[in-house]
Amino acid sequence: MHARQWLNRLTPYLLLAPGILWLLVFYAYPGVQMFISSFWAGTLETGFTVSLDNWTTYPAALERYGPQFGRSIVYGAAATTICFLIAYPLAYTIAFRGGRYKSLLLFMVIAPFFTSFLLRTQSWKIILGDDGILFGPLKDLGLLGPDFRVLATPVAVVAGIAYNFLPFMTLPIYVSLEKIDGRLVEAAKDLFAGPWRPGGSIAGGLVGGLTAGGLAAAFEYDIVPFAILGVVSGVLIGTFLLSESFIRIVLPLSLPGVFAGSLLTFIPAMGDFVNAELLGNTQTRMIGNVIQSRFLENNDYPTAAALSFMLMVGILIAVAVYARLLGTKELTSSG
Amino acid sequence: MTGTTAPAQHARPRRAAAIRFLDRYLLYAYTAFAILYLMLPVAVMALFSVNDPPGKSNVIWHGFSFDAWLNPFGVPQLFDVVRTSVVVALLSTIAATTLGTLIALALVRYNFRGSAATNILIFLPMATPEIVLGASLLTLFVAIGDPPFFPTNFVTILIAHIMFNISYVVVTVRARLYGFDRHLEEAAMDLGANEWTTFWKVTFPMILPGIMAAALLAFSLSIDDYVITAFTAGRTSTFPIFIWGSARIGVPVQVNVIGTAFFLIAVGFVALTTILQNRASRPLPPPAAGRERAELEPGRAALTEAEA
Repeated sequence: MHARQWLNRLTPYLLLAPGILWLLVFYAYPGVQMFISSFWAGTLETGFTVSLDNWTTYPAALERYGPQFGRSIVYGAAATTICFLIAYPLAYTIAFRGGRYKSLLLFMVIAPFFTSFLLRTQSWKIILGDDGILFGPLKDLGLLGPDFRVLATPVAVVAGIAYNFLPFMTLPIYVSLEKIDGRLVEAAKDLFAGPWRPGGSIAGGLVGGLTAGGLAAAFEYDIVPFAILGVVSGVLIGTFLLSESFIRIVLPLSLPGVFAGSLLTFIPAMGDFVNAELLGNTQTRMIGNVIQSRFLENNDYPTAAALSFMLMVGILIAVAVYARLLGTKELTSSG
Repeated sequence: MTGTTAPAQHARPRRAAAIRFLDRYLLYAYTAFAILYLMLPVAVMALFSVNDPPGKSNVIWHGFSFDAWLNPFGVPQLFDVVRTSVVVALLSTIAATTLGTLIALALVRYNFRGSAATNILIFLPMATPEIVLGASLLTLFVAIGDPPFFPTNFVTILIAHIMFNISYVVVTVRARLYGFDRHLEEAAMDLGANEWTTFWKVTFPMILPGIMAAALLAFSLSIDDYVITAFTAGRTSTFPIFIWGSARIGVPVQVNVIGTAFFLIAVGFVALTTILQNRASRPLPPPAAGRERAELEPGRAALTEAEA
């Protein structure tokens, strides 16, 4: 009896042991090793020595690769914004207007991601090519100037990132919208919730202007015309399409999904280097490109380790702040 | 509007109707556009699998040719890299699904000290960018510096793939375990089954769909992984690494063929499992209605009965 009780107590640990050990050795410890490696000096041939004097790797790396770090944050934020703009109406339609096609629509949202990440990105290269299937005909018709290009610009990189990480935004938003009780919206309408005016016009104009202006800034375009366009479309949407029941009920209840989706999109977007490599040029290199080439092409392990350690710490802080404020349930339930 | 009040009163509902129309169909149009946008790269990939480029570069449409489909491995190394990818995916799926299912069972079934810390350890790898996962593993392998870890090779790819798959398996199986009716297990025990028999005869068959879903997810994550593999592969090449390597000089048409085939297989597989699951979970008709249906569709009623 005594032995049996002991065994019962031990069971969960026995079940956990192999998997958790694997994660400790090959996930948790490597993070520590990366920190140690950032204090390395030497080469692969001569071997590495650890010395605290090598802390200078950090300021040196930051100074040299600061622009790439900044670009990663800007591109990551721009891609997250674009993902939100595409994903929210999409998830909303599937959740509330999907009807019997709900599962089919959801499947169509996920299906493209059954193809290889690299092939999808390669396809965008074909689509966005200077004389490719999209711009070639437009140029022939004279609708675009012969020098117009998207490939090898920040727009192509951000578009590629936004495309590749879209499900990370769509699914959490869908999950939180799906949970909303439709009767709440009906009750609001019974209580005379109507169009949201003038709040919608003002908020729409503000949000639209800021979003479009911010994206234009990220793409290094002229801010003013885009901001004006954003204000106009924001005012139109805010005035005619946003209802009070949406602003007061649906939007607040879906915010956990929006936050979770934004975090789950921003993290991989910031660390990405595939899109910048395949769709960008030397002026669009992100921190991921630097880490990749320092590690795999230059064998400059200390600098690469310092850079990825800083990236990891930055992201862990963001995750910790998020988890502290909102908990981790939303993140894992749909991931 | 001529200034009299009557047309204005008419105008209001008409405008409201117009807005309702817009509100309704604008969303549908937007969704259709979004799905088109999602599907476009897949369509382009498939289209360029029947392209007939004169040289190596396959980015401009030249003409229709089915050659690559008839000879999908007609490029040096391509067969080897696809085989490596499939082997890595199979082995890592088996290992990660086993380890992850055990963790999920422990987390859902037992209250124990350290379960909160375990949850965090499961969650973090999914919130860490792939590049950090790959880079930190590489520093570990370089620090060890000896075979089988360094130089990096097939074994290190496998280690990495098992690592990043475990969390996804835990999350998927755990979701299935939460909805599990424990009375069924108690009933089996009451009827004299021991724990071992109960697990294999009751628990396991019931969570099997969850385990299968987890395994499918793990397989597709593994076979498609480029970033982490790039850091842990050394001289070993997988299908994504092959694509990356050929991206600069021109991706051969055969790569599109294999990509399209993978896509069709995955979609077919998901469609098949969905159909089977829907059929299995379809509620049984009440007896009277069942008899009526039996007269109308004998075959289908027999099928429902057989499933019951």
